[in-house]
Amino acid sequence: MSGFDSLGLRNRRAIPLGSIVHEPIDAFRRTVGDAVRNEWRLAAFFGLPEAPGSTRLLAILADDQRGELGATSTLVGDRYPALTPDCTEAAYFEREVAEQCGVTPEGHPNLNPVRRHPPDHAVAVPSADTFDRERYLFSQIESMDIHEVAVGPVHAGIIEPGHFRFQAHGEEVLDLQIMLGYQHRGVERLLESLDRDRAVLVAESIAGDTVIGHAGAYCSAIEALARVRKTPRAQAIRGITLELERLANHIGDLGAIAGDIAYQPAAAYFGRMRGECLNILMILSGNRYGRGLIRPGGTLFDVPPAMVTDLRDRLQRLRSELAPVANLMLGHASVQARLEGVGKLPRETGLELGVVGPVARACDIPRDVRHDHPYGLFRFAHVPVATAWAGDALARTLVRWLEVQRSLDFVIEQVTSLPKGPIRVECGALRPNELVVAMSEGWRGEIVHVAITDAAGLVRRHKVVDPSFHNWPALAVSMPGNQISDFPLCNKSFNLSYAGHDL
Amino acid sequence: MIAFPVFPIFTLLIVLGLAPVLPGIANRTKSALTGRRGAPVLQLYSDLGKLWRKGVVYSRTTTVLFRLAPVVLLATSLLAGGLLPLDGRVALLSFPGDLVAFAGLLGLGRFFLVLAAMDTGSSFEGMGASREVTFASFAEPALFLCFTVLVLATGQLQLAGMFGVPLAAAWPVAAPSLVLAAAGLFIVTLAETCRVPVDDPLTHLELTMIHEVMILDHSGPDLALILYASSVKMALFGSLIVGVLAPRAHEQRVLAFGELILGLGLVAIAIGVVESIMARLRMNRVPHLLVAASALAGLALILLLR
Repeated sequence: MSGFDSLGLRNRRAIPLGSIVHEPIDAFRRTVGDAVRNEWRLAAFFGLPEAPGSTRLLAILADDQRGELGATSTLVGDRYPALTPDCTEAAYFEREVAEQCGVTPEGHPNLNPVRRHPPDHAVAVPSADTFDRERYLFSQIESMDIHEVAVGPVHAGIIEPGHFRFQAHGEEVLDLQIMLGYQHRGVERLLESLDRDRAVLVAESIAGDTVIGHAGAYCSAIEALARVRKTPRAQAIRGITLELERLANHIGDLGAIAGDIAYQPAAAYFGRMRGECLNILMILSGNRYGRGLIRPGGTLFDVPPAMVTDLRDRLQRLRSELAPVANLMLGHASVQARLEGVGKLPRETGLELGVVGPVARACDIPRDVRHDHPYGLFRFAHVPVATAWAGDALARTLVRWLEVQRSLDFVIEQVTSLPKGPIRVECGALRPNELVVAMSEGWRGEIVHVAITDAAGLVRRHKVVDPSFHNWPALAVSMPGNQISDFPLCNKSFNLSYAGHDL
Repeated sequence: MIAFPVFPIFTLLIVLGLAPVLPGIANRTKSALTGRRGAPVLQLYSDLGKLWRKGVVYSRTTTVLFRLAPVVLLATSLLAGGLLPLDGRVALLSFPGDLVAFAGLLGLGRFFLVLAAMDTGSSFEGMGASREVTFASFAEPALFLCFTVLVLATGQLQLAGMFGVPLAAAWPVAAPSLVLAAAGLFIVTLAETCRVPVDDPLTHLELTMIHEVMILDHSGPDLALILYASSVKMALFGSLIVGVLAPRAHEQRVLAFGELILGLGLVAIAIGVVESIMARLRMNRVPHLLVAASALAGLALILLLR
């Protein structure tokens, strides 16, 4: 069908940068647009500064049915005709490109900045860069009946900063606009410029609650570029800790959702059990969030046989404690009534926006990197994909509970059958002029790290796509028509990362 | 010539002094039932003391209304307390039709709180004010219907007259009506005291708050007055429920008052139990609950009129 599906690009398999097609912009737009209409979706889209006055735009596409990845590229100057009119999935990516690279996508319907930072991947002095990164244009509904409610960036709870602006008619939300970027730290630049030992620390901090997910994707990208094959034991430990991270966060989310609807029993018990998952990560890695465990080449810590029994007992106790609380909560009529219909995301809208993770699976889009683009441990052991169809807060809660059960079964099974062998191999120099796409299913959804090396084998471009990047626009479109008092609950049921989005 | 009402003043002062315990009991019940240790029962006293010692911050956009509201709220709550016969027979103030004054005084306090909220010009507080007024417009008819049931059951038009012997005499003939009226009053209590399933006293999320969001700009002693007035409100509504469910017909005033205190504790526990076993209602369903309170009272009325 298109030129890129013969590249042999797979999850975590590096290919020479030269093998990626250069197309003229019109052909590029057609290729991406056609692909997105034919089962492919945009996993990453970013700019690569090439020479003065020319930026290379790269589109990484994923076919979840066949487990394939594709890539295509084009060279543009300081402006190009935007892809968004033909391909809604590209809308947020193109805003990012405009901001990062100082390249203007002409005809983009809403070219607000994404993070409001100076260009950090632009070709030298973009003279024609007229994009005002400080200016975020909020649309406003002109009417005496409409009131505007602005929330944040400083919030009442201990959460991250983000600005939400509602246009409301009484209690009904007509429009929600979300302005983020308060946590921008320049993660991509840091990953490109720091040496490997420090860069992995940055990767662990992309989103504080997705340490294993991001560190795993980062290290896999480096390992693929260095042609290093991890040992089965290292793969197993990484897979197990990834699921533990998912367990901790999903259980915490179930508790937080219960807290938001004032259903106290579940909030209290889930809160404690989240702590239990973090404690297990602590036993494995010495850190409750799993920091310092995953490094290029494998893991830093092993699981001694004596620990295995303890872990199994703790996990089995957790399993027996979880079910009664979850059944109490999800079986309660007042809980169901409270969650049903809140923040409904129709399946078509989800597909159009390219949502990922539990948000996608809750509106019957069965996307799961562990299943579609299997890697590491997940090539040998499968975690069933959990889906629901309603796309509302109840569905997102149910999907989390289903995933908790499946991940817990998976972890108990895997922790008792760890393969033998070393946990780490030496990870040497990177191959020059290569590109790798490392995808991983973090607890929020698909994490994508794209690394490109230069002629000297140094990382020239490291693109990070956190699942929150795909899903924040979905939160904004799921709110209109809902009650403004339901926003905190809807927001909690998405539970997106501010830091992961802001990079 | 009436004697100086020593005992009513004494009982009112005790109830006013103990009022901050009630939210403490409700919260402690909730903690115990949800597997937590929870804050001390006397927490609100510490909070009030802390706030009382703090300074006040007034926004430049506010006017005298903002400063007046806490005082009016407390004054109306105290006056409303004076209308209730706390020992079952005698109230500090009493006149025919004082039950309308009771509801009116609470309404006046609410009115000033709403004015103060609008005075800040904050979109949050305006939202809270709109919710408070919307739900009050459903809660007040329910309260009046409950009062009507009591009036019809006892033939008395003043609170002090109905709660002792007349209500005790009405129980054998009108028990179903009185139970329904008490249930209606309990729902109104949940709404008026901002508890689950109507409001969530624990939440920090401004967008979902009702009462709490209206008082976001109040600080220091002003906030202390508002918090204290809320606890007094819980005591007042609790006293109504106790008065309906356990009318004290005997002559021992001290014993009757003791029964009230015990009853108030039980009402607080009941509130805590409700909070532990159900989720909060979606905001647009709250009127349904309050209409249900009216329906219960209306049914009680029909049973009386048959």
